[in-house]
Amino acid sequence: MSRRPEPAHAHDPAHSGGSAHSARHSLSPVPTLDVDPLIEDRGTRIVVCCGSGGVGKTTTAAALGLRAAERGRKVVVLTIDPARRLAQSMGIDSLDNIPRRVKGIDDSAGGELHAMMLDMKRTFDEIVEAHADPERASAILGNPFYQSLSAGFAGTQEYMAMEKLGQLRARDEWDLIVVDTPPSRSALDFLDAPKRLGSFLDGKLIRVLLTPAKVGGRAGMKFLNVGMSMMTGVLGKVLGGQLLNDMQTFVAAMDSMFGGFRTRADATFKLLQAPGTAFLVVAAPERDALREAAYFVERLAAEDMPLAGLVLNRVHGSGADRLSAERALAAAENLEDSRIVDQEDGKAGLRNSPDTYESSSTPAAETPPPEAPGTPAQDDVPDGGSPATVDDTGAGRTDDEAAAERSVDQLTAGLLRLHAERMQLLSREQRTRDRFTALHPEVAVTEVAALPGDVHDLTGLRAIGDRLATNRPELPEASA
Amino acid sequence: MSRLQVVSGKGGTGKTTVAAALALALATEGKRTLLVEVEGRQGIAQVFETEALPYEERKIAVAPGGGEVHALAIDAERALLDYLQMFYKLGSAGRALKKLGAIDFATTIAPGVRDVLLTGKACEAVRRKDRSGRFVYDYVVMDAPPTGRITRFLNVNDEVAGLAKIGPIHNQAQAVMRVLKSPETAVHLVTLLEEMPVQETVDGIAELRAARLPVGRIIVNMVRPGLLDAADLELVGTVTRSSVARSLSSAGLGGARRGGHAERLVDPLLAQAEEYAERYALEAEQRAALAEVDLPRHELPLLAEGMDLAGLYTLAKELRAQGVS
Repeated sequence: MSRRPEPAHAHDPAHSGGSAHSARHSLSPVPTLDVDPLIEDRGTRIVVCCGSGGVGKTTTAAALGLRAAERGRKVVVLTIDPARRLAQSMGIDSLDNIPRRVKGIDDSAGGELHAMMLDMKRTFDEIVEAHADPERASAILGNPFYQSLSAGFAGTQEYMAMEKLGQLRARDEWDLIVVDTPPSRSALDFLDAPKRLGSFLDGKLIRVLLTPAKVGGRAGMKFLNVGMSMMTGVLGKVLGGQLLNDMQTFVAAMDSMFGGFRTRADATFKLLQAPGTAFLVVAAPERDALREAAYFVERLAAEDMPLAGLVLNRVHGSGADRLSAERALAAAENLEDSRIVDQEDGKAGLRNSPDTYESSSTPAAETPPPEAPGTPAQDDVPDGGSPATVDDTGAGRTDDEAAAERSVDQLTAGLLRLHAERMQLLSREQRTRDRFTALHPEVAVTEVAALPGDVHDLTGLRAIGDRLATNRPELPEASA
Repeated sequence: MSRLQVVSGKGGTGKTTVAAALALALATEGKRTLLVEVEGRQGIAQVFETEALPYEERKIAVAPGGGEVHALAIDAERALLDYLQMFYKLGSAGRALKKLGAIDFATTIAPGVRDVLLTGKACEAVRRKDRSGRFVYDYVVMDAPPTGRITRFLNVNDEVAGLAKIGPIHNQAQAVMRVLKSPETAVHLVTLLEEMPVQETVDGIAELRAARLPVGRIIVNMVRPGLLDAADLELVGTVTRSSVARSLSSAGLGGARRGGHAERLVDPLLAQAEEYAERYALEAEQRAALAEVDLPRHELPLLAEGMDLAGLYTLAKELRAQGVS
C-alpha cells in the first residue's frame, strides 16, 4: 500500500480523541505478550495454540513456527486441520503423519522448519501396531468397532493430537514443537478428551465386558457380580447382541493395550504441565471467542498449565482514529446535503467559493456537530485563516469539472462512511477486549492486525509473525 | 417447508445466532418452534441472554405476532437415560449403569451412539403430537455441529446401523435416518464471505449431497455494508490527494492545505479504501464460488452494534423478509 497512515498521531495519548480511543487509554495498561523471547528461549520446547474455532489458530501456529525457525530454532509444526492453501504453502498437502521440511525459509540463523498434518486414524493404527503382535493387531484393525472409533469418535482427534505431541517430544529431533489444537466443540476438549478416552479404555466397564465370567469367582465380589452380569444383560438389550459381541471382541483384542492408554494420557498431561511448555490462547476480538478464551485461561490455571498469554487476532486499527464515527458521519452528510443543493440550484461551483471554503477551515467549524457531544475540540494549529488552496476559485469552471468534483465529494462521503464503520468496529472490539481484560488483568496480550484476505504463503506467514511480535494493530499492508 | 431445519457452519460464522434467528423467524405469527442444541455449549442461552438451559423444553422467547420459541439443550447422557427408562423401565439400573461408567461409555465412546441419541431426540420432537393429533412444534431448528463434522454427525445413524445390524439401537438409527434423509429435513450452511468458510461450505455441501442428505440454503452471515461502489473504487486509484482534502475541508473537517486537519485525514482514509477494495474483490470471488453451488442464498448484515437480543430480532425479520420462513 502506497499511502501510509501517520503512526505518530495514531498512538499519541495526548490526542485521545474519539470514544474508542479514550477507552483505550482509560484502562490500566495490560501486560504485553512478547513473543520473541518466548520462541527464542531454548528452554521453550512446546508451544500449544488453543482457542475456539475460526480464530486463526492454525495460521498463528504456522507463523510462530516460521518465525522461530528463522531465528535459529529447529521447529516442527503439528497442524490438525489446516486450510488447503495454507498447508500447500508449507508443502504438506498430503495427510500422512510425516513431518516434512518446509522449503523457502530463511535458514541463515541455522534454523529448520518442519510441518506435518495429523492423520488421526494412522496415529491410532500405529499405537495398535506398536503394542500388539501382528496377528492381534490385524484383528483389532479389522474390527468394525475399532474402525468406527478410530475414524469417527469426537474425542479421537484430540487424543491422537496429544499422542502425536508426546511422540514428537520423545523423538527429541526438534528443539521446538508448535502444536495447533483440533477444531473442537469446546476449546477445552483437547484437555479432557484424552483423559476421558484413556479412562474409558481401561475403566471398569471394559473389565466388565472383558471378563464377565471371571469376576464371580472372587470372594467378596458376589454383589458386584450380580450387578455386573445384569449390566451386560442390559447392555446387550440396549446395544443389541451383535454390537455387544463386536465390542467384546474389540475389547478382548485390545486387552494388552489398556493399561497403556491411561498411562499415555497421563504422561501427555504431565508434559503439558512441565516447564518448557507454553500455552497461547488464540482469540478474535469477538464476544464468543473471548468468552471461550476466558474459560481457557481459568482452566489452564486450575490445571497448573503455563499460560504465556493471549494472541488477539484480527484486530482493526485506523490511522485516523482521532476522527470519531459520529463526526465522520456528520461530515459525510454535509457533503451529501450540499451535493443535493448543488444539483437543485444548478450552481455547482458556488459551494466552493473562497468564502464558503474559508469558513469551513476556521476554528468555529472545528467544533463537533451536536450528534457528537463528547468529541473534544481539535488541538491542532488552526489553518490560520489563509486560503487553504489557491487553485480553487470557482471561476471559469466547466460542467465536467463540476461533475468531477461532485464525484469526488461522493467518494469522500463514502470514505467517511467507511471510516465511521471502522471506528464503530474498533470501539466494539475494544469493549469486548476490555471485558476480557477486566476479568483477567494478569494475562499478557499481543494484538495482531486484521488482514483483508487469507494467508497462503510464507511471505504472509512472515508478515503475521512480525505482527505477533510487534503487538501493534496497524493498518494492514496490501499483500505482496 | 421442512419441519426439521438443521443449521451448520464453520466455527466463528455465527451458526448459533443464525439458528436462533431462524427459530424466531419461523415462530412468527403464532407458530411454535423448538430450538435444540446438541453440543453442550449453552450457546442458545447466551444468544437469548438467559441463564443456562436445563435438559427440558422451555419457552425462551416470544416472536412477533404471538408465536413462541422453545429451547432444549440436549444432553446425550440424559437422553440415554430417558431412552432406557422409556423402553426398559430401568430406574435404579440406569443409575447403576451410570455409576459403572456405562452411560458415559455409551454416550461418549461408543461410536455414533451419542449422535443417534442427539438426532433421535430432535426427530422425536419433530414427530411429537398432542392429544388432538396436531404437531406440538411446527418447526424444530437444530444448532448442529460445524460443517466439518455435520455429514458424519447426521449420517452416523447409517454408521451405527451398519455397526449394530440388529437390535434396538439399530432400529432407532433406522427410524432417525428416515426422517433425516426425507424432505422433512433441510440442512442449511452458514458462512462468511471469506475464503476458508466458503471453501468449507462448498466441500460440506458436496459431502452432504454424496450422503443423500437434503441440503437447504446457504446463509451468508455478517455481510458488511457496501459503502463504496465500483465507480468509487476506480476513483480511489486516480483521485488526487488535494481534491479529497478540499472535499473533506468543505465537509467541515478542517484545513485542506498541507498539514491541515483535512489534509492529514486523506492518507489514512484512502488506505482504508484500498483495504476495502481488496476485500471487495475477495468478496466478489467468494460470492461467485457460492453461486456455483446452485442453492438458494441469503445474506444477513453485520450488526454495527454487535450481536445482542435486539439484533437477533433484526436478523429474524431479515430472514422473513428474504422468504426463508
